[in-house]
Amino acid sequence: MSTLLTSRIMTDVFGGITSGAVIALVALCLVIVWKSTNVLNFAQGAMGMFATFVGMNLVFHDTNYWLCLVLSVATGLVVGGLTERVLIRPLYGKPEINPIVVMVGFLGLLEALVPAIWASSFNTVPSPFSQVYFQSHGNTVLLSPFVLYQIALALGVMLVVALLFQYTTLGLKMRAAALAPEVSRLLGVRVNRLLTLGWMLSSGIGALAGVIVSTGHTLDATNLDGIFVSAFIAAAVGGLESPLGAVIGGLLIGLAQQFILNYWSANLAPLAGVIVLLISLAIKPQGIFTRTVTRRV
Amino acid sequence: MIRVERLSVVYGAVRALTDVSFGAPAGRITAVLGANGAGKTTLLRTISGLVKPTSGAIFCDETSLLGLATENIARLGIGHVPEGRGVIAEFTVEENLRLGILASRANVSEGLARQFALFPVLGERRKQYASTLSGGERQMLAMARALIAKPSVLLLDEPSLGLAPQVTAEMMRTISELCASENLTVVLVEQNAKSALRIAHDAVVLHLGTVIASGSASEVADNSDLRRYYLGLVTP
Repeated sequence: MSTLLTSRIMTDVFGGITSGAVIALVALCLVIVWKSTNVLNFAQGAMGMFATFVGMNLVFHDTNYWLCLVLSVATGLVVGGLTERVLIRPLYGKPEINPIVVMVGFLGLLEALVPAIWASSFNTVPSPFSQVYFQSHGNTVLLSPFVLYQIALALGVMLVVALLFQYTTLGLKMRAAALAPEVSRLLGVRVNRLLTLGWMLSSGIGALAGVIVSTGHTLDATNLDGIFVSAFIAAAVGGLESPLGAVIGGLLIGLAQQFILNYWSANLAPLAGVIVLLISLAIKPQGIFTRTVTRRV
Repeated sequence: MIRVERLSVVYGAVRALTDVSFGAPAGRITAVLGANGAGKTTLLRTISGLVKPTSGAIFCDETSLLGLATENIARLGIGHVPEGRGVIAEFTVEENLRLGILASRANVSEGLARQFALFPVLGERRKQYASTLSGGERQMLAMARALIAKPSVLLLDEPSLGLAPQVTAEMMRTISELCASENLTVVLVEQNAKSALRIAHDAVVLHLGTVIASGSASEVADNSDLRRYYLGLVTP
């Protein structure tokens, strides 16, 4: 067991899951927003980092890490809700390109605004857990309490979201509002509130992704940019519709990145997303996880 | 009951409804008949708040529905089964029904049991995706989903569309029984005038957005001009 844990393969697997989990988290945000409002949120990463800055910047002023985390997520929820109400709602029923243009503009605005408000100080966000790797019989396992925290937080959030959508009445209403808004209204479902809620949820999760990638690293407005690109591919692998597809796509890209990095070249790691995308396009161009329902008579 | 007074709807340059007035009393089925494009669906969509009228008034009992959001109109106890049924194909039968009851205060398991007693086939298929149901079963599901919230008014848009004659007859019988047992106000929009007039108490005939005849179902059914020119029924 210990030789397995310290083997080169397992090292890559742990590393891949860590980065893949964050990619999966951002991909999940994209899917939630796409499913509920048919908007590709190009500002997803920037919104997450803005919220992360609002909360985590206080770490440098001796505020408790966990309080900063809660503040970041709360900010994410508010930013998501406001974005839907102010920027997106007036565009429902307009050409699909309109919200895309608006969100690309919003991305530019946020990435300019964040460094302007919080002058870059290149401070590292301290980790609440030890970053020292575990040892097993004198060998190093590339896992630390901090890495476990990152993985557990990302996977935990995904699990909560899955349970919310599948097993709660709120989840049922959110899915219905996304799939059939008019029918939902006819059944008394307050669709507009649920669309706002979908944006809040996705932006709150985005903030959490920002916190995960920034902990133990420099706080920077562009921390989620590279992840956003991979997340976009992960969401596309799932056909943009499937939360499960986005999560699996994200983990696959994370693992592919890690293996390319270790066995090929660090410079080629960004290719991982392209490779996963090409394979999925070859197998099923409309998205691996889009469901085809067969009729049973 | 539903009361519509001098209702007009304009879509751009098209007048979909002009000065439409009629009443649909409780415990009775009011059939709204007419050819394609007569404005039948627009009428139901306007009652449900999906279409904003240019003028006129709509009342449910004494409450004006004008300016209310669709979801609030539904919460007043007005069930609307839209054209094409509006069953959510990606949901199971049970999920579709649960969605119907969420906005009301009715008990979920009690409501499900009641609908499964009324439509046993839905009980057998409760875990199946709605996409796997036949046309008739989908229509039953759409009806059950509207009924589960215990509405006082039921707006039905072409329930017989695409159904075999035998299934249509069964559907019409169910509607008739429900109307009597639950004291429902039923507004039944149909192109299939023959089967609608068989169960309706009253009838309104629309032509190009205006009411050209209204009265008891038997009066309308007995008017040979209406039958021939507007209802597509051959006079015996």
